[in-house]
Amino acid sequence: MSLIMPDPAGLIQLERRTRDRTAVLASGVTTLKRADVERIAELAHLELTESETTLFTRQLADILSYFDQLQQIDTTGVPATTHPVTSAPVMRADDPRPSMSRDEALANAPDPSENGLFRVPKVIG
Amino acid sequence: MATSSLQTIADIRAAMNEGLTAVEICGQYLDRIAALDGPIHAFTHVATEQALEHAELIDRRGPHDADLPLAGVPVAIKDNICTRGLPTTASSRILEGFVAPYNATVIDRLTAAGAIVIGKTNCDEFAMGSTTEHSVSGPTRNPWNLDRVSGGSSGGSAAAVATRLSPIAVGSDTGGSVRQPAAFCGIVGLKPTYGRVSRYGLLAFASSLDQIGPFALTVSDAATLLQVIAGQDPCDATSSTETVPAFDTMLTEQLPHPTIGVPWHILDHGVDPDVRAVFSAAIDVLRGQGANIVDVPLPHATYAVPTYYVVAPAEASSNLARYDGVRYAYRAPLDAADADLTTMYNRTRNAGFGTEVKRRIMLGTYALSAGYYDAYYLKAQQVRTLIRRDYDTAFERVDAVAMPTTPTPAFGLGERSDDPLRLYLGDVFTASANLTGLPAISLPCGRDKSGLPVGLQLTGRAFDEETLLRLGAAYERDVPWWRDTPPAATGT
Repeated sequence: MSLIMPDPAGLIQLERRTRDRTAVLASGVTTLKRADVERIAELAHLELTESETTLFTRQLADILSYFDQLQQIDTTGVPATTHPVTSAPVMRADDPRPSMSRDEALANAPDPSENGLFRVPKVIG
Repeated sequence: MATSSLQTIADIRAAMNEGLTAVEICGQYLDRIAALDGPIHAFTHVATEQALEHAELIDRRGPHDADLPLAGVPVAIKDNICTRGLPTTASSRILEGFVAPYNATVIDRLTAAGAIVIGKTNCDEFAMGSTTEHSVSGPTRNPWNLDRVSGGSSGGSAAAVATRLSPIAVGSDTGGSVRQPAAFCGIVGLKPTYGRVSRYGLLAFASSLDQIGPFALTVSDAATLLQVIAGQDPCDATSSTETVPAFDTMLTEQLPHPTIGVPWHILDHGVDPDVRAVFSAAIDVLRGQGANIVDVPLPHATYAVPTYYVVAPAEASSNLARYDGVRYAYRAPLDAADADLTTMYNRTRNAGFGTEVKRRIMLGTYALSAGYYDAYYLKAQQVRTLIRRDYDTAFERVDAVAMPTTPTPAFGLGERSDDPLRLYLGDVFTASANLTGLPAISLPCGRDKSGLPVGLQLTGRAFDEETLLRLGAAYERDVPWWRDTPPAATGT
């Protein structure tokens, strides 16, 4: 396995990134376009402004190209860690117990209705 | 303002034994907050009325309650932990005005132990950041130098304890958010093992990494606080059934001949020379106490940052989907013409979240999106396994792994705000403990040439906080850095 040791504060990568961004992008898995950022914003339910889209296109491209170093690591046959603890979750007995009242649950709602519901804008036209 | 005569839990206990009431103690801390927190901004909400009421209850129950481990001890709570009847906003506009309808389990446990919740502390929005600059109410400043950041994301909790505005505090640590601000503010911060402390009532950021942890001036106080909040909770299926040992009573006995591993090679580049020198001196102290210091390789340790910044935003993008303008606090105003559900979601989330949170939601959504999942998320989870294996191998021959908590001391406010990647790189030494689930403590171990604190981090085996606390207690007996008070603690 070949291991390339990045310096902890990442200064080498930062210099490289600034010097020749295209080369780094070309070597990795990532090229990020404005249209990608617009598509992700839609998936994430964020109505970004034009300037935010511009900012994120540049910053996310930088961050993703930094992530490309992960591709240098041989992970053949290595299992994925989804959770740091291997023991099974501890389940409590499924017994009914008092819960918060409807009024309490609605107390923080931006637009509660008089009959005890969360009101939202029209869903079906 | 004079330095407080009340600093530790032992000081408060002694004062109460001599007849000081919990109300008087609470009053002293509230006075300090009123006098000193202005320039620091550690607190986003001071719970004056509720705190005094609780203190009165402690007094009314009388001297018999002195067995309660935290009787009359004020505690500051990071604002991403639910506290019934108090604001809980995670320093986000999207939760402005949200009042928690229930208590997090840690709050119930603290109250049952006699502690007084004195207020909510500032943090990076939804705990995403390492400066406490990403807060809707403005930054928390470093009590050692007001032009520097306090660290983050639990910067308010760390600054409150360092400034002696609260003897202890609680924070959350997803990639270093307890240990890093503890290091920057010169106090003790501990991230317990994943599963050691219930997260019920903690606003979820990255569920496979989040852990609640204590802040204190001394290791002994951190141990007492951990003791109170640790243990299985039926409301959190990820909380562990591992026995909670009596952490606070085992600290006086020094470990006979501990072996401590240091990954020297990762300290060769990118670490501030003062931090490196202070860290080496701290290792010499441990050696002088009888520790056997050995080199440990940890070949994948430096991949902690890219691994963490794939995993954490991916989980965050899912966890933060719940903030949609329907149930909690903020909804963006809509014109009648565009008042449909999707526009409401999108506009609320864009106006309600700050830039760093949006950046991470975008990053996480991208990493999980079709075509990129294997290259980023799956790959990062595999590297996560390799990082854990490195530590498992190290712990075959060492009792703890030591490194500086951070590569630099506290940097200037605003200095890194335009370069998120540069900010992320500062998590290089802390993120591994979250990726592996292992416990880690940050101890104040000296100061750089300009007087800023430096932290020593010790990482231990899973559920072996005991070793970290015992090593820490022995260390601070020889070099009690916590006794130095920052200028802001006297208002100078």
